[in-house]
Amino acid sequence: MNHQPDEVLLGFTRALRAAGVPVTQDRAQSFLAAVALVGLDDRRATYWAGQATLCAGPDDLERYDQVFEAWFSARDGLPRTRAREVPQTVLTNLPEDEPGAFEDADDADEIVRAAASAVEVLRHRDVAALSAAEKRRLNAMFATLRPHAPMRRTARHVSWHRGEIDAHHTLRQSLRRMGEPAELRWRRRGERPRRVVLLVDVSGSMSGYADALLRLSHKISTGSTTGRHVEVFTIGTRLTRITRALRLRDPERALVAAGETVPDWSGGTRLGESIKVFLDRWGGRGMARGAVVVVFSDGWERGDPALLGEQMDRLQRVAHRVVWVNPHRGKAGYEPVQQGVLAALPHVDDFLAGHSLATFAELLEVVGRA
Amino acid sequence: MEIESVASMCARLETTGYLCEESLATVTWLALTMQRPLLLEGEPGTGKTALAEAIAESLDLPLIRLQCYEGIDATQALYDWDFPRQILHLRALEAVAGGKSEQAVEEAEKSLYDARFLLARPVLAALQQSPVVLLVDEVDRADDEFEAFLLEVLSTYQVSIPELGTVKATVPPVVVLTSNRTRELHDALKRRCLYAWIDHPGLEREVAILRSRAPEISQALARQVVQVVQQLRDRDDLLKPPGVAETIDWARSLHVLGTTDLDLEVASATLGALVKYREDTDRVKQALDRMLAT
Repeated sequence: MNHQPDEVLLGFTRALRAAGVPVTQDRAQSFLAAVALVGLDDRRATYWAGQATLCAGPDDLERYDQVFEAWFSARDGLPRTRAREVPQTVLTNLPEDEPGAFEDADDADEIVRAAASAVEVLRHRDVAALSAAEKRRLNAMFATLRPHAPMRRTARHVSWHRGEIDAHHTLRQSLRRMGEPAELRWRRRGERPRRVVLLVDVSGSMSGYADALLRLSHKISTGSTTGRHVEVFTIGTRLTRITRALRLRDPERALVAAGETVPDWSGGTRLGESIKVFLDRWGGRGMARGAVVVVFSDGWERGDPALLGEQMDRLQRVAHRVVWVNPHRGKAGYEPVQQGVLAALPHVDDFLAGHSLATFAELLEVVGRA
Repeated sequence: MEIESVASMCARLETTGYLCEESLATVTWLALTMQRPLLLEGEPGTGKTALAEAIAESLDLPLIRLQCYEGIDATQALYDWDFPRQILHLRALEAVAGGKSEQAVEEAEKSLYDARFLLARPVLAALQQSPVVLLVDEVDRADDEFEAFLLEVLSTYQVSIPELGTVKATVPPVVVLTSNRTRELHDALKRRCLYAWIDHPGLEREVAILRSRAPEISQALARQVVQVVQQLRDRDDLLKPPGVAETIDWARSLHVLGTTDLDLEVASATLGALVKYREDTDRVKQALDRMLAT
């Protein structure tokens, strides 16, 4: 069964898209043009042409390799049928339907009077101890959080009514008056939102909080001022970047997308290693430089605490401010005795609680002021 | 500027002393033939900037380099008016004519926005002087606004200056962008470009690169140096694994010291050329003990 070369190539781009590489129509067109130039008979050149036109980053390269191998080696045409995608189980704590939770809804009067105080109580409840119905109500309350971005000064100037003299504008003004000296213009350094990096521990010991923390992360990464300057990673046994997934507007869809991206839900904890990978691959290069880095973790470290301490030290030297959020901190009788926390604490600027909506709001305050 | 095949692209790059894998040569050739910008990413020190220089040299074109930094804007990348000269010009006009009539005023105004008062910054210069190689270095350091502006230039290869008109490149310049991935570039920009990820070279290739960049170094020393560097690169506890640029630096500094055979003493004395962090220096010293002892 023979197919037109274009058909085979376009099929390949579709397979690639199905594998998660964002191949757009114009990329596919470039791919066809590039293959026409190098010649389809040259397998290796086709491979490189595809890599150059269809991939957008190192994350895509591995997927590209696999799909290319599968597409052009196993058979010399279109695949017979593509295996249906197995629906993935997403291990987030999405609210389950719990009939009976709102049974007393007929009693409207009662609800109205109780509402205000119930909301206030819920704000301070530990999110890990909520029932499914309470969780659902809390999820709606995430909308009340107002994240605002920390600011930094930039090299770029903006006009201002005082400050230093803006020679460029002043001269432009005088030019308009045929070179007559005109009024002076002033400028000051501009301001831009500082980058915020969130590292969310999704290991087993944090599983009760993972859902709420991801909702919080979603809220921050879609905030009107913070929006485009937020990067979110999950840490656990490995580091996963979920920034893209959390950009989806709808929190439920965003959480599902994030759930599909993260391979190590409720696994073990290797904080030190994960932070090291973050610093090596992203942070040290610039993502953490001058950024506010927030680590959400209870500090239960399976690996070597010394490594964690070392990496936190590195992180603090690169970042503008390091905030450690521990869900257990706000609870009565908490002492920072876990080895991970002990190792990390000397290298942390703020050590905050993070177990309820109220503490999340506090956290947003601290981040916004950083 | 047409190059017939990938093989001749490879050969041309080699004559300039830039040795690359066939894959990179293929992508470069495609970028030239399809007249698309080439986006290079990879670890620092793997020769991204050097590739642009090699392309320029191999095609015998001038290289125009735009180093990006945070806060860079159009007046630094594109063009700017030379204000002091414009004012001088006005004063001169005033002194000569006195500028009475309406017409004279208008003409004086027109003469202000003349090409001679235009300061061409790298991008405009590249469009005017094309064919050239335009290197936009470390584009990830610039901010998003600048990316959008770059996108506009790269999609039409023209720039409009309100006072003067449109400048369009007769031949599109060869554009090479490099990025260290400190942040994700915008998809729209990436889509315009052909993408290549440059990895650290293998042993034989790196020895060859070292020999071609620093021919004064003996084959034996080059091999020793590269072996050590590659072993260091395989470790995962270094903050900044040495790149090819560091290998060359190190080999050169060994050569300057008159070394012909790598030994522990001279190696640790010259470590500053290879690793740039105190923690790394300690680790590498320990590793060298083991590597060079046998």
